[in-house]
Amino acid sequence: MSAEITDPELLQAGLNVAAEPREVREHAESDVLGFWVFLMSDAVIFALLFSIYGTMGNATAGGPVPQHEFKFHSAFWETALLLTSSFSYGMVSLSLKHTRHRIWPALWLGVTFCLGAGFLIMEVRDFLTLFHDGATPERSGYFSSFFVLVGTHGCHVFSGLIWIVLMGIQIAMFGLDQRTRLNLIRLGLFWHFLDIIWVVIFSVVYLGALIK
Amino acid sequence: MNNAMGFWHILFGRLTWESLPFVKAWLDPTVSEIIAAGAGGIVVLGAIATFGLITLFGKWRYIWTEWMTSLDHKKIGIMYMILAVIMLSRALIEAVLMRVQQAVAINNPGLLSPDHFGQLFTTHGTIMIFFVGMPLLTGLINFAMPLQIGARDVAFPYMNSISLWMTVGGGILLMASLVFGEFSTGGWSGYPPYTELAFNGGVGPDYWIWAVTLSSLGAMMTGINFAVTVYKLRSPGMRWMRLPLFTWTAFCTAILMIFAVPPLTIATLLLAADRYLGMHFFTNALGGNMMNFVNLFWLFGHPEVYILILPAFGIFSEVVSTFSAKVLYGYTSLVIATMAIALLSFTVWLHHFFTMGQSAPVNAVFGIATMAIGIPTGVKIYNWIWTMFRGEVRFTTPMLFSLAFMVTFVIGGMSGIILATPPVDFMVHNTLFLVAHFHNMLIPGMLYGMIAGYYYWFPKAFGFRLSETWGRIAFVCWVVGFYLAFTPLYVLGLAGAPRRTQEFFDPSFRPWLIIALLGALLIAAGLAALFIQLWVSIKQRDTTRVPVGDPWDARGLEWSIPAPPPDYNFAVLPQVGRRDAFYWRKQNNGAYKPADHYRDIEVPKNSMCGVLVGLAAAACFFGLVWHIWWLAFCGSALTIGTIITRSFMRDVVRTIPAAEVEALDRRWLETAAAALPVPRQLELTPENEGLARCQPK
Amino acid sequence: MKISSPLTRDFAPYFIGYLLAIVLTGCAFSCVYFRLLPPGLTFTIVLGLALIQVIVHMLCFLHVSLQRSARANLQLLIFSAVIIMLMVGGTLVILFNERARMM
Repeated sequence: MSAEITDPELLQAGLNVAAEPREVREHAESDVLGFWVFLMSDAVIFALLFSIYGTMGNATAGGPVPQHEFKFHSAFWETALLLTSSFSYGMVSLSLKHTRHRIWPALWLGVTFCLGAGFLIMEVRDFLTLFHDGATPERSGYFSSFFVLVGTHGCHVFSGLIWIVLMGIQIAMFGLDQRTRLNLIRLGLFWHFLDIIWVVIFSVVYLGALIK
Repeated sequence: MNNAMGFWHILFGRLTWESLPFVKAWLDPTVSEIIAAGAGGIVVLGAIATFGLITLFGKWRYIWTEWMTSLDHKKIGIMYMILAVIMLSRALIEAVLMRVQQAVAINNPGLLSPDHFGQLFTTHGTIMIFFVGMPLLTGLINFAMPLQIGARDVAFPYMNSISLWMTVGGGILLMASLVFGEFSTGGWSGYPPYTELAFNGGVGPDYWIWAVTLSSLGAMMTGINFAVTVYKLRSPGMRWMRLPLFTWTAFCTAILMIFAVPPLTIATLLLAADRYLGMHFFTNALGGNMMNFVNLFWLFGHPEVYILILPAFGIFSEVVSTFSAKVLYGYTSLVIATMAIALLSFTVWLHHFFTMGQSAPVNAVFGIATMAIGIPTGVKIYNWIWTMFRGEVRFTTPMLFSLAFMVTFVIGGMSGIILATPPVDFMVHNTLFLVAHFHNMLIPGMLYGMIAGYYYWFPKAFGFRLSETWGRIAFVCWVVGFYLAFTPLYVLGLAGAPRRTQEFFDPSFRPWLIIALLGALLIAAGLAALFIQLWVSIKQRDTTRVPVGDPWDARGLEWSIPAPPPDYNFAVLPQVGRRDAFYWRKQNNGAYKPADHYRDIEVPKNSMCGVLVGLAAAACFFGLVWHIWWLAFCGSALTIGTIITRSFMRDVVRTIPAAEVEALDRRWLETAAAALPVPRQLELTPENEGLARCQPK
Repeated sequence: MKISSPLTRDFAPYFIGYLLAIVLTGCAFSCVYFRLLPPGLTFTIVLGLALIQVIVHMLCFLHVSLQRSARANLQLLIFSAVIIMLMVGGTLVILFNERARMM
């Protein structure tokens, strides 16, 4: 491995390790790579939940069917919220690189948190409506797979929100030291990754059901 | 009265007095129950004895600070091995019990009730795969791989400790199932709908689910750790095609862990969703589809076979090359074969369920893919044979195990090719033929390798060699025992004996079953011989010390440092110019030289977070098994809380000053200068101080 | 001068990514909302748009690139994609094959 420090995700996200000794640079790189690997492992989990969902498409067992249960508008607005939150996290990374003061990343983190929380609240409300209509995970194999797939994504978003709060506290406590920066980069990867998963969810699950 | 029941239920969930095997044996004193109570008693007494002895000798502080909280990859590796050996002892005893049962239970119920027998084969399989195979290979990789690539530690030492303690937590759950309640009877693969609530309302399948989940989480993190370590922490000049073969196999194993373990985690967690939340993934009713479980399980299960076997391939490569005093023949082809096996292992999972009912073309595709894996494996066998050709071969214990492996593994591979043919598989599916086949792959392909690696690297880890005499005795027991135990199973399987059977009705099976029992006893003697070997070696360690660190005239970087290695492994990170770097340095008079200047070295500080996370997770899962919700809640809160708290800690490294490093290194170099170089023929004698006589080209 | 400032240069991918994401999402949702095409074709288009959008996210937000220095990530992504296709494809083939034979 050449010891170049041009790993784009490090530069883009503003982890300023160019001046650090080789071992520190390597450390930062391996931390980020490790998180990439974890995300790929997580991607396998989602891929398999999707394929189970695919095989259970008809398993509504005489209960509610998705084309009558899913709400077009809420799926759309949830998507809008999450896409925007991905953009606002981009601004966290940008301000990490281009500003000195810790207030900017913290501010954009706050924006991201609000958008993510909004998404989660809408999703929970959707779920409650489904429950109200009798479309519970106990009702049929189809809804088991639906709730686990979408719910796993929701859990990820929830842990992302907790992570954002923790990072806010750490920025306040430690400022933008190297570990905080590294964690912000990893949180960014996580957040963008969740957005990608959601793109597949709204296409396959929501739009796929509403087409019928 | 009702109130008291309610209180009990909140406090202990569904745990009652009748859950304890001792009470059950008291109420219903059959042989089967008494054996179960005995097993529970051994666990309780063993735990009390361990705690008592540690307290008696006042070793708690030592164990806590030097071992449990350590983030040193070498110590974590050794702790993995200890866990594996404890679990191996239990699972091997279970195997002997099953053999006894089948040998006596022909047209009579024998010793064990069907339910007890079911628990035995389930725990035997679960333990051997998740708590013997995985910890053994993880332990050896943990110990040797960073040393081989010239690294100071793995990429994420703290996560390494979490992985270890999660695996330990899974082991604790399995041991707890002997004392509290019972284990699953659903086999190590735990197929629903049998393991669903409708057919199995007890705690058994829940124990299986959570123990396997814990182990799979640990394995996933281990995979990430190893892959990133090899990718990023190689010392300067250690290019990909200069990596020792064991590191290559460790890398491929890590990749397999990263991608193949998630399907298992999903399978167990979805089964848990069915059992705890009333969902319908794998149930009979309301749209469930148990075939999804079978598919998920083997999406994991087949790569898992190669997770277990690849590191052993790496060990054999190292051992054969070292003890033949030759360069590994066809290094490049071995690397390519390793990668090919890793990739192909993702394309064959369906051969575990040919009989599930797919159409012939689907079965045919997977059958052919299965046979294709034989090709890279065959390449490897030839490579090892050619490495020995015209080499200075010494038949030491690890070499003997390697040779036994080659022969036995090829036989097992042949039966595998037979099984890969769907029509044949239809005939012998679910018979003892299959049991014979996979033991024929995993015992030589995994255990022999791990024993060879244990013997090979033991002097590096502890600074003294293991007893060769007892090593050979163990070798004879393991190999003869294996053939006696498993050849009869091929015969029985072809004669139609189903697997997982508590009682047979055909008297003609008896002679074969008795031979198999003798074999199992011999294998148990082999394990005992390994324990005696360890004991004897510790007793006579003053005559077998190898402080200089290179007892076998070996080739990789791990032999270029003292035995046992210092905390920081390498005083100065080695510069690697070619393959087998250390051997080349020895030949060119470049070994055992002081560095130009020494630097401060940072190593990770001890941390109790890993222990807390693993044990709290185990407590949480124990609570889930028994529906003790407060315990589940506290356990998970403690787990998450510890991880969060740790992220706030900034003081996590310890600096070893350059002067200390230099002093230690110079003292070691003096030892090396004073040591007498020994030729290879004398490496088993007390003269061997770990300095090999240089053999110029 | 202002255009080529580092801040603008780094801002561009996020902005373009966000814009593309909105357009692609809008297309997918309007395809379904207005029901202009038969369901099968619509679903194919939606999946295609999703795939494009996933790639856009990777390039613009995750900064996966073809440069040599980012090769570790690229290799990892490609390998993961292969494995995921094997697993998902295999699962769907096997289970739909079985369903067909049971009907």
